[in-house]
Amino acid sequence: MATTAAVRPQEADIPEAVVVRFAGDSGDGMQLTGGQFTLSTALAGNDLATFPDFPAEIRAPQGTLFGVSAFQINFGSRRINTAGDAPDVLVAMNPAALKVNLAALKPGGLIIADTGAFTKRNLDKAGYDTNPLEDDSLAQWDVLAFDISERTIEAVKPFGLGNKDALRSKNMWTLGLALWMFDRPREPIHDWLKQKFAKKPDIADANIAALDAGHAYGETAELSGPVKQLTMPPVESEPGLYRTITGAEAVSLGLVAGAQLAELPMFFGGYPITPASAILHHLARLKEYGVTTFQAEDEIAAICAAIGASYAGSLGVTSSSGPGIALKGEAMGLAIMTELPLVIVNSQRGGPSTGLPTKTEQSDLYQAVYGRNGDAPLPVVAARSPSDAFECAIEACRIATQYMTPVMLLTDGYIANAAEPWKVPDPASYEPFPAQFLQEKNGEELLPYKRDAKGARPWIKPGTPGLMHRIGGIEKAADTGHIDYSPDNHQAMTDARKDKVLGVDVPDQEVALGDSSGKLAVVGWGSTFGPIHQAVGRARRKGLDVSHIHVRHIWPLPGNLGELLRGFDHVLVPEMNTGQFKTVLRDQYLVDAQPLTKTSGQPFQIAELEEAIGKYFDGVPGNEGGEVAVNEQQLPSPEGGAK
Amino acid sequence: MNAPAKIETTLKDWVTDQEVRWCPGCGDYAILKAVQRTLPQLGADPANTVFISGIGCSSRFPYYMESYGFHTIHGRAPAIATGTKLANPDLDIWLVTGDGDGLSIGGNHLMHVLRRNVNMQIMLFNNEIYGLTKGQASPTSREGTRSPSTPIGSYDHPARPAAFALGSGARFVGRGFDVSKHLPDVLMAAHAHQGAAFIEIFQNCIVYNKDVFDDFAAPKGAEDRQLWLEDGKPMLFAGDTKGIALDRDALELKVVDVTDGDWKSAGVIAHDVTNRSIAHMLVEMPFGPFPMALGVLYDDPRPTFEAAVAAEREKARAGKEANLARLLGTGQTWTVNGTAADPV
Repeated sequence: MATTAAVRPQEADIPEAVVVRFAGDSGDGMQLTGGQFTLSTALAGNDLATFPDFPAEIRAPQGTLFGVSAFQINFGSRRINTAGDAPDVLVAMNPAALKVNLAALKPGGLIIADTGAFTKRNLDKAGYDTNPLEDDSLAQWDVLAFDISERTIEAVKPFGLGNKDALRSKNMWTLGLALWMFDRPREPIHDWLKQKFAKKPDIADANIAALDAGHAYGETAELSGPVKQLTMPPVESEPGLYRTITGAEAVSLGLVAGAQLAELPMFFGGYPITPASAILHHLARLKEYGVTTFQAEDEIAAICAAIGASYAGSLGVTSSSGPGIALKGEAMGLAIMTELPLVIVNSQRGGPSTGLPTKTEQSDLYQAVYGRNGDAPLPVVAARSPSDAFECAIEACRIATQYMTPVMLLTDGYIANAAEPWKVPDPASYEPFPAQFLQEKNGEELLPYKRDAKGARPWIKPGTPGLMHRIGGIEKAADTGHIDYSPDNHQAMTDARKDKVLGVDVPDQEVALGDSSGKLAVVGWGSTFGPIHQAVGRARRKGLDVSHIHVRHIWPLPGNLGELLRGFDHVLVPEMNTGQFKTVLRDQYLVDAQPLTKTSGQPFQIAELEEAIGKYFDGVPGNEGGEVAVNEQQLPSPEGGAK
Repeated sequence: MNAPAKIETTLKDWVTDQEVRWCPGCGDYAILKAVQRTLPQLGADPANTVFISGIGCSSRFPYYMESYGFHTIHGRAPAIATGTKLANPDLDIWLVTGDGDGLSIGGNHLMHVLRRNVNMQIMLFNNEIYGLTKGQASPTSREGTRSPSTPIGSYDHPARPAAFALGSGARFVGRGFDVSKHLPDVLMAAHAHQGAAFIEIFQNCIVYNKDVFDDFAAPKGAEDRQLWLEDGKPMLFAGDTKGIALDRDALELKVVDVTDGDWKSAGVIAHDVTNRSIAHMLVEMPFGPFPMALGVLYDDPRPTFEAAVAAEREKARAGKEANLARLLGTGQTWTVNGTAADPV
């Protein structure tokens, strides 16, 4: 065992939050380890946020840098909004995992490393000339390095597994140690293992033995000094039933809830794509809720089938990520032209083209708001967190069915995969919005394009006697819906489609944190909520006059947003793209919105945002911001314009 | 599809008030009339009938049918119709497409609607040209077709719609042509078939590809050049003086002479619409050395996609209560402040 002087938190100064990152080979089961650690954290009553970060390859070559899979969790006894900037603890299952993740580790943080995996071969693959556990290169951190591999093999010996199989339990051994470190019960993980390996009790027992051995090791290690156990008190939460939820689960459940509130069966057309597939997987298991899932031959067929189902009176839903959304563009235009309800979920990822399939980005905002041929407006709603995705999915269903329009729901790779505790809502607390179908003629003759006060045309199901009519993508005459290319009619119909969408009842924008006017508004949308909220909170605690505004309704924008923004001297718009929402805000309100952009495939760090905020308050003491280096190129200056 | 009550209608009940906008003399008029003649014979209910089309001359079809209709986007009608059928399996769906719409931009969707066997009638109007975009060569244009996009003649090999359909897994393949008096019979057989029924309809584009089918469709000499297939009947043509037989050594079809109606001793095959091997030979049978095979080439139903989807949904639902509150609280849950945990 190689350890250096340990500076672990004493009982007296229990931190409010701890960030742990598990990193290993993509075959080491790090996502599983992280997921189970998340569950135990939730059961302990801590608030939490996670960030799974895994390679696009399913099983990248062992030991390579690009094959490193990591799972970060931030948990604590206060509200947690982000997965945390810098880990306090890094679990590195091999040299590559150490190399890739070391830069992020907080100075003075703890490294737990498996010396068994620090072989010559693995060190070579990771590009280490010397073993970092044995030279002085890790001096600024605490290191707890010992042979996890060997200890795991020892622990599972009684179960007669070969070395290769035995080593598969390495992640459970590590999880056992982590459970001990944070004083967590093992029983829920025992139960989970028994259930997971119900058909292979030997494997279940071996994993349980490994978990227990890791846990026991913690006690021994504490006796010899290097690591202290930390018991984190639970966070104060509203009373109620809680569970952990990922964005993909929340979207799926929200769609089911939305369809029920609309009193409609749901038809989901999907095509496999990262990171959106999880929604198809979840919904495929919910058939008893009136859900039909259809894995189409391509993205276009997926949306077209959903449109066909909406035409027949179901709530059509399709889901994809940027490249697939691009393919669906023409069909979205058809749904806009035929004015049929449709929900399109876009789990954004890094682009363009194939881009970064497993990394997060917010770069499809232009695509969502503007990205179709012709004047083709549709409402856009953006979820800010996994649990918020549930509310947003319901909102998308409401707008789609009430206004007879396709609606795009934006999430991203971070929201889709990340988990957080969720106070389970009571479905009865939501106002139903039952869909109405036309049953008889709405005039002397049938008028399929006669609009109601909201600007919506009637929904007419094929099969309804006496209401036969034809719809299609060719411009429609007002009221009758017949083909009509005449100039005045196209003008009128273009305006009607635009006005209908602009007239969607969007709640007024609230200020998430801070005052409704002042020096600086930090305006975000989507998954940047967490880091912005934390950064603005920290800045306000330093006395800075800054507010956080987080926009859910990207299109149409809330009616009061322009006035709200004009109440601030400066408007800063952090987003994980090159400044797309900033452009929309400038265009709509002529406000001098300044961009703060990041397109590294990683979420914003709180410190980055804190530093950017600090730049607006020169001369205010204590505003030097965070300690994490940021890309100066991407920071705006208070005078306006990006540096 | 459930067997709906038969409705009494006449041809003119199926005519809309919309002005038909095809070129005068277009083969589409004849197909429209054939369909409008067929539907009353089927006892079809206009309120339950849906025509879904893509883009192109053929795809204007729904506007002229007094039923439900959806004129969609280029090539995607099969996908849209699949969604419509899954959402309401009771609807009687007719898909209208063309050689460009169905075999070029929409080839992928056509393949999958056939392979999945979604119960609908798929009429592919094959005029071997892009009409609405003013006469470019299409995927079924014959080699050497001169067009604005192929001024010195096309050089890509044409697709064969019926062979494509069969190869994609279609369980019904029929063929007819616009002005044929037998077209309603083929349409009725397609409608009777439970599953995706594919009908290739040769259609004369009088502006851009005039009379390309005349060598078999023209009334004069038609007997010699058309082989009308009927289940259980010998494959005879030319006034029953010729027939189609199997060359057992070469494993291919051949034309044989039949004297005094003795087709059996000539080796002429009796058509079995469920014989997939023969169907493969019929769709590949080259016109010229052989007559054009018309009628029902293949008809062997198997369970439909929408039935499988419905069965799976029912199975998944069996014994389960759709309780949303319970669903939301599923998984490993915990309660805060001693509130009683939901017993999930």
